[in-house]
Amino acid sequence: MIFRAKTDKALDKLEDPRQTLDYSYQRQLELLQKVRRGVADVATSRKRIELQANQLNTQADKLTNQAQKALEVGREDLAREALTRRSGLQQQLNDLQVQHAQLQAEEEKLTRASQRLQAKVDAFRTKKETIKATYSAAEAQTRINEAFSGISEEMGDVGLAIQRAEDKTAQMQARAGAIDELLASGALDDPTGTAKDDITLELEQLASTSDVENELARMKAALGAGPAAEPQAIEGQQPPAQAQQPPTQAAQPPSLDAQSPQEYQAPPSQGQEAPPAQPQGDLR
Amino acid sequence: MIVRILNEGQWHLTDDAVRGLNSFDDAVEQAVAAGDQEQLTKALHTLLDRIRTTGSRVADEELEDSDLILPAADSTLEDVQQLLSESEEGLIPG
Repeated sequence: MIFRAKTDKALDKLEDPRQTLDYSYQRQLELLQKVRRGVADVATSRKRIELQANQLNTQADKLTNQAQKALEVGREDLAREALTRRSGLQQQLNDLQVQHAQLQAEEEKLTRASQRLQAKVDAFRTKKETIKATYSAAEAQTRINEAFSGISEEMGDVGLAIQRAEDKTAQMQARAGAIDELLASGALDDPTGTAKDDITLELEQLASTSDVENELARMKAALGAGPAAEPQAIEGQQPPAQAQQPPTQAAQPPSLDAQSPQEYQAPPSQGQEAPPAQPQGDLR
Repeated sequence: MIVRILNEGQWHLTDDAVRGLNSFDDAVEQAVAAGDQEQLTKALHTLLDRIRTTGSRVADEELEDSDLILPAADSTLEDVQQLLSESEEGLIPG
């Protein structure tokens, strides 16, 4: 009833009742466009969620592997850390699945609404052409009212459905954005595996240490039952390697400082070019 | 009688079938009065299921006004309160 009143108000402005048919038909086509865009928007949101779920899944698998490897080298603490992170991801994944189901339901409803509206718009067009061809302006009014009945109600309902879908997708997008940020910030690590997280780094360090030990053991065995290995020497090699990193990081801040003076120089040069242009603008 | 379920479409219902809906309508009203969302969802599902099973779908290309407009199955308390405030006899008159 509310929707009908709104449509009628817009129609009051038109003189020839037959014009209202064209006017309404135009509005119907616009709404149909809007529903179709709505369906596409919901589908886009749904696909984005699917993509994120895949990324989270990959990440969860990776953490499981890490936990496995950590256990193999006897680092239960690392394994625990990896599994803790994975359970955090699992929570996100479960939420995404619920949202995915909601979006899918919304998409189906909207698709169905779009089909229904399309059929009604087609029926209206047929009626409209008949009325325009058959009746004079004076005779047309009752026929027009008949033609309007149903379509405006449908339009109201579809309008609500679009509104709903828009609200839902907006919510989803805000959430999806938050997960994207989380993925980008490295908190969930890079799914492409280009950036190494701390667990991977530590596991690799352990692996290289044990590789060295294995190699040593092989060499000693080849030499013929040498004395006990000296892991201290190997451990002693690592601190220098790690110590090399801080200096390279420390070298970055000065280079950033060096850039900022250049940036400060830029505005004056722009400012010099700008003044000639502005007076010209003012004169015209 | 033609009944619209918002977001779903329209159904043809016989007058007898409509009368049979009143007890289900009461359940919806009670849930809204109690502010119980869970109860409301349950009552709405029952009511709408009843319409879908006792009624016959209005064809997509039919242009007909509805005699009744009912909220969607997943409506919130707020949605239904708003619809009810526009009608003093519950969702279904009589």
